[in-house]
Formats: sequence, structure tokens, C-alpha cells
Amino acid sequence: MLTVLAPGPFTTVQDEGRPGWASIGVTRSGAADRTAAALANRLVGNDAAAAVLEATAGGLRVRAGRTLLVALTGAPAPVLVDERPAPFAAPLTLRPGQVLQLGVPPVGLRSYLAVRGGIDVPPVLGSRSTDTLSGLGPAPLRAGDELPVGTLAGAEPFVDVAPVRAPSSSPVLHVLPGPRRDRLVPAAWVALTGSTWTVTADSDRVGLRLAGPRLERAGTGELPSEGLVPGAIQVPPDGAPVLFLADHPVTGGYPVLAVVTTADLPAAAQLRPGDRLRVRA
Amino acid sequence: MLPCGDRALLVEVADGAAVEALRSALERSPLPGQRELVPAARTVLVLLDRQPTDLDVGVLRRLPAGPAGDVPEGALVELPVLFDGPDLADVAALTGRDVTALVRDLSAVELTVAFGGFAPGFAYLTGLPADLHVPRRDTPRTRVPAGSVGLAGPYAGAYPRASPGGWQLVGRTDAVLFDVDRDPPALLVPGTRVRLREVG
Repeated sequence: MLTVLAPGPFTTVQDEGRPGWASIGVTRSGAADRTAAALANRLVGNDAAAAVLEATAGGLRVRAGRTLLVALTGAPAPVLVDERPAPFAAPLTLRPGQVLQLGVPPVGLRSYLAVRGGIDVPPVLGSRSTDTLSGLGPAPLRAGDELPVGTLAGAEPFVDVAPVRAPSSSPVLHVLPGPRRDRLVPAAWVALTGSTWTVTADSDRVGLRLAGPRLERAGTGELPSEGLVPGAIQVPPDGAPVLFLADHPVTGGYPVLAVVTTADLPAAAQLRPGDRLRVRA
Repeated sequence: MLPCGDRALLVEVADGAAVEALRSALERSPLPGQRELVPAARTVLVLLDRQPTDLDVGVLRRLPAGPAGDVPEGALVELPVLFDGPDLADVAALTGRDVTALVRDLSAVELTVAFGGFAPGFAYLTGLPADLHVPRRDTPRTRVPAGSVGLAGPYAGAYPRASPGGWQLVGRTDAVLFDVDRDPPALLVPGTRVRLREVG
């Protein structure tokens, strides 16, 4: 059992998501930075399907109900165990009653806390992820929540620390042309891939809203709704692109100009309001 | 065949019947690593757990692109509908009918779930005759109650839960449209045939 003493600004339970339901309007969801979540699970010897906590902008404080092996990855916030500094991206043993506190990450947005055995809240449609768009899965954490710990673990881990690079606050994201590049003027592609974009404050797990040059559409014709993928960069009529993340809607009616590569999605998920990014084909 | 990142292909076809034919074919014989199919108005998004190849493109090109005779007929679901929606009179006027004739015509038509989206369990129903196509409301409602049955363009649909919405509301149903403890969770999955049955 893990008791939530403080959830910080926004913390949810996440796993690999619920693939296979898009045709009935349920998006995949799951950890926004899948690489960091998977690393956290590996550091405690968990099954890849185990659920972790995704803390947005740090601030999470939890108390162990019994001896627990945990690890933190993603946005590198300072870690305290009973007020003493503890390492990041390394397995940590919490003794019964010990309190783990996550500070505020200086770069990056989302930190992941894995507990050996996995966070064992009841799955919904095969996943324990909170889907913020549909409201499926467990509610965002609140102080006082008691989180059961499960048994989704394998062999004992043998890694002491994972040498990982901190996320960048000014990354270059690689894109491929999207399905509706021809619905925008040719200059839109040049502007997308040649400008510096700023992440705006109304960004969340659904997507990043980007401020920069206005991307002009080639015509006024309506596009019927069509399926969306994570990483899709969609251009609404106001010309300000949206880069979709884990909780993206399953379909959308605005043209998708480009799609961020799967390898660069974790970097996109670590961007916070005010960060600047560039896009390269 | 449109590019859609390094894990998906977006197949564009002529019409809704071709979407249904393609969706049905890919459901019966999926591509290797196929993870998700997202049918929509004129496209089917095929999501894979790997990078698409020329071979996938070739396979998709050979699949039926028109209405195929061997698409299995979907199950028939009757939605009980109380036709008392706030836009019922407006829709009747727009379609040149009185309310009684509108309700009769809406109850007579056999609809088909073309695709889902917008919200879990929301289904876009096709099959309305052209003279029952009405535009969306000029101003969307900020809150459409759960169970509302509405029309927009060529589609009819029922809201599984309260949400904002711009459809013209003609009635409401107490059918459970989405339930995570049911298999399948959505009452109206693509291919399902639907009738709106008037209840008093």
C-alpha cells in the first residue's frame, strides 16, 4: 500500500494504455513519456504492463505502507526520503512509514514513480490509465488516496542506476509529412519546419498547443473527420498547430500537416509551457 | 493511401460503403502487427506496432475498395426513442414535414453504424435519406444531456453522456450506450444496424 500525502499539481496512474478501442471512440491513453515509464518499471523489475504514477511538475509526496522498492524517472526532480536526498533513476527501498517526496523538476514536465509489483487499481477496459479526455480509468490522485500495490513483477532488478539524459527544454522533434499536407499552403510546411515554436499554457495530456507563425490553409473545403495518431500535428482554422499526445481524440476534422516520429514522442511529452521547440523533417 | 507517421497508414476511399468494406476486410484478415482500426467518414486509419512497408501498401490496395457483396450483415439494435427533442420542430420545418411525419420517417429508416469517435460509445449512424439531412445548429449547446438523439448532416447519433454538442436534438433514449463492464462496451459498434423505435 502506498498512501498519497500530496499529489502535487497533477498526478495520475498510467500504464501502456488501452489499445484496440479507437473504433468505439476510446483513445489509447497511457504514460505520456512511454520511455521514462518503461525505464521506471525496469528499474524495479516490473512487468512492462505494470501501472506507474505520472507526476506533472513534481510535488508528489507518498508514504510506504510496507517495505517497497520504487524508482523515479522522467523529469529529474530532486528526491527526498524522510527529508534525506535520494537518487533519481535508481531503485530505492522505502521502509514502512517512510515518506518519499518529489521536488519540482528544473527541466521536463512528467516524472514517473514505479513501485515493484505495480500500482494495482482496478483496470478499466484492460488498462489502469487515467484517460483525461474521456474520463476513463482512476480519477487523478488526491491527498489521502490509498493505492494498492500488485504483483506484476519478475526477477529482482540488478541495475543500480540508469544513466539517462534529462529532457531538453528546447528539443528538435523529427516529423514525417502528414496525410493532409496538401490542405495547407506550401509555405506552411516551410514555416513548420523552419520556425521556433513555443509551448502555450493550455497544453495538457491531450496535446501541446504551439505558438509561432500562423499556418495558412490552402482552401476552405471541409475535411470529414478521420482517425488521428499520437504525434499528429493538426492545424485548426486559427492556424496555430496542436501536437497530439497520449489522450488525443480518436478522430479529428482539421488537416494533419505532419506527424512526430514515435522515437521523439517522449521528448514532446516532457515539454512544458514556455519551452521552445524546433521541428525537422 | 496517405502517410501518417511511422506507425500508421491512412487509407482514403470513395464513400462510406467502401469504408465499411475495407474495415470489415481488415477485421477479418488483419495486417501483421495491426493494433487498431479507425474507420471514419471516408478513411480507415490502420495503426500498426511497427513501421508500415510497401508490402502493407500493396495488400491494402488489393483489398475491396467498393461495396463488397460479402460484408457480413451487422446485428440489429432497436433504440427506444422518446421524440421530444428541443430541435424537433425546427428539424420538421427544415425537412418540410410536420412533426408526426418526421417521427414516422425517422422511425422507419434502417440506420447503420458507420464509425465511432467524438466520445466513448458515440456512433455516427448513416442511412438517412437526403431529405432528412439537416445542418448543425449555428450555435452549439454547451451541454447536451446523456441519451440525447440528434441529427447533423448525413448522420444521426446518440450522446452516451452529457457533453457539448452542435447536433439538432430530436429526442432521447434510455438505452445504455457505453458500459465498461459490458463486452463490447459500446452498444453501437461499426457495422451494427439500428432502428429508432418511438416510445410514448
